Amino acid sequence: MARLLRGFSMRRALALAHAEVLHVVRDRATLVQLIVVPIVQLLVLANAATFAIHSSPIYVVDMDRSTASRAVTNRLQASDYFRLVGYSSSPGAANEAMLRGDVSLTLTIPHDFETQLVRTHTSVVHLDVNTEKGSAANIVQSYAVQILNAYAAELGAEIMPRESRTGRIVTVARDWYNPTLNYKHYMVPGILVALVTIVGTLITAQNIAREKEMGTLEQLNVTPITKAEFIAAKLMPFWVLGLVDLAAGLLVGYFVFGVPMHGDPFLLFFAAGVYLVVALAIGLWISTIVETQQQAMFVTFFLLMIYLLMSGLFTPIDSMPHWVQLASELNPVRHFVTIARAIIVKGAGLREIARPLGILAVYGVVVLTLAIRQYDKRSA
Amino acid sequence: MNALLGLLRKETLHILRDRRTLAVLILLPIVQVVLFGYTIRTDVKDVRLAIVDPTPDATTLGIRARFSATGTFRTVAVLHSASQLERLFQRDTAQVAIVFGPQFGETLARGDAAQVLVITDATEPNSGTGRQNYVNAVVQEYAAQLAPRRGDIRIETRVRSRFNPTRQSSNLFVPGLMAMVLTIVSALMTALSLTREKETGTMEALLASPLRPWQIIIGKVAPYVVIGFLSVIAVLVEARLIFHVPMRGSLTLLLFEGLLFILVSLSLGILISARTSSQRVAMMAAMLATMLPTLMLSGFVFPIESMPRALQLVSYIIPARWFVQVTRGIMLKGTGLAFLWPETLILGLMAVVLLVASARSFRIRLD
Repeated sequence: MARLLRGFSMRRALALAHAEVLHVVRDRATLVQLIVVPIVQLLVLANAATFAIHSSPIYVVDMDRSTASRAVTNRLQASDYFRLVGYSSSPGAANEAMLRGDVSLTLTIPHDFETQLVRTHTSVVHLDVNTEKGSAANIVQSYAVQILNAYAAELGAEIMPRESRTGRIVTVARDWYNPTLNYKHYMVPGILVALVTIVGTLITAQNIAREKEMGTLEQLNVTPITKAEFIAAKLMPFWVLGLVDLAAGLLVGYFVFGVPMHGDPFLLFFAAGVYLVVALAIGLWISTIVETQQQAMFVTFFLLMIYLLMSGLFTPIDSMPHWVQLASELNPVRHFVTIARAIIVKGAGLREIARPLGILAVYGVVVLTLAIRQYDKRSA
Repeated sequence: MNALLGLLRKETLHILRDRRTLAVLILLPIVQVVLFGYTIRTDVKDVRLAIVDPTPDATTLGIRARFSATGTFRTVAVLHSASQLERLFQRDTAQVAIVFGPQFGETLARGDAAQVLVITDATEPNSGTGRQNYVNAVVQEYAAQLAPRRGDIRIETRVRSRFNPTRQSSNLFVPGLMAMVLTIVSALMTALSLTREKETGTMEALLASPLRPWQIIIGKVAPYVVIGFLSVIAVLVEARLIFHVPMRGSLTLLLFEGLLFILVSLSLGILISARTSSQRVAMMAAMLATMLPTLMLSGFVFPIESMPRALQLVSYIIPARWFVQVTRGIMLKGTGLAFLWPETLILGLMAVVLLVASARSFRIRLD
């Protein structure tokens, strides 16, 4: 490191950084890549990346055609979660709709549903869940069961006099941090992390690979510019750009999607500054192992895919197998996703995010050192 | 014909020589299967539970014991007041908390309704809801045991999971993964390899050669069709071996539909290359026009029904959406053309339109 910094001139580094900024501003393709693409991605992703259940199509096979069976059907229909797309007394059409993938759930009410309810106070219904819909299936099922149970409880309350129902345990539920259960409040902070990561890593890797490909890197190598100056000049503009993108994304999140900012924005930007060093250093490292832009893109894409999927961005880390959870400790994206969600959604302070932030800082130093050494070796 | 063979040979050599890209092309599908298989999961398990029990007694201890007995919950903290909960949640040490009311057991013994507050970290709404339901079930089960009430009405639900009884997420993403891999190989790589010839000026040499334009296209594109096909087979074999993903329908039909989808993606790649002059722009266009939609709007990871209406409409023109439906139909439900003809027809039409458009856009002259 000390050898690397010998003869470091801030003036030269800034001049080169200035040239870099001019390049970015002048080249429309890059500018689009840096500003328009992230914003479009945020707008589309925040809407598309959702596991929320809303008016899921269901089919009711009502073999009973009684007051009770109609009441059940009405309950399901009245809920926001479901949309009744078919109602018949035989299972044929329902099965076909299920095979076509048109319905997420079929409720079959047997012909003795009401009679059994009256006689034995217990009745059976059948739920066919279309698990082709993935995780949505579990949620759809639990909503349906909830509605059925609520109906049963209501019937029970009608039959039983109030006084005899004592000694009960009442559960009161509270949803903290996201009381409206809005999926966007969960996804937007995660998407912002993804965007900052992509901008930081991909652009750095591609940019240096381009200099290599066009031969301008060799020209730079014969100028008095030192390695450290070169790297600093390359990384600085993108570091700033990453923060600008984050700011723009936060504003879009706030004004378009109403994602609140519960924590301290400065803390978030501080953490982002640390994280961007990691992201940029990974980009720098990639650029040292590739020769063309195409390779840079492919290697970056490959690594980022692993990083992003294992970060808990789309699906909770806690649902993954234990060894994946352990491996994900090595993933910087995971830690920044944790930090971003903790600050934005939960309003966490420095003390609460100290652990992931510390890991990121260590990560930054290690990766940057490795990348610079690798860079030295390759071009020496 | 000889010239075409020569071009094919040259293209193949190019691909084989670029070791890094080749490595990524081969590794990508293989790693993706494992990654998606293990990471795209949303089961509720190993829930970190915090308990606030101001006045422990036999009842609260009974309920607490019940939570430990389920195996789904891990008690991370037992507190006397709720004031420290916030920090536990912010640090993600706890995901759900149950707060007993004061004198819980006494209240219950008196015959009054005793209150349990269930606080969930709902940052991620679905797992939040899932955990909440789980906690409620445990508490209610205990309550039912404590005071069995006669005359209670019960509607029992018998659940049957269609098409994917074990609810393995791998069964669902493998079809989507094939669409993803084919898009990367066919659309992205084709666009890049054609624009590279333009960028480096070698396209001129190719156009001046006795090769006809369609021969140039075939020569450039054929190796990627082969790679695409091989990756699909690799994904299928791997999915079968590691995750036991079923193949209930006809493999021939699946491969035929795969070919249709490859044609669509290739045409898109050619179209992109016709409109762009640098690899960087081609990459961006390919990412925006093919890869992102395939990942986000095909129903591969995120259910289309959950999206806003506008995006659902957009998804109709995404080829991957239809391809994913077809592959899921064949692999999971064992359906054939009798059910899948609309999707197949749409893919076929897309292939025809895009092929014609790309053939026309590939001009013999350079601008």
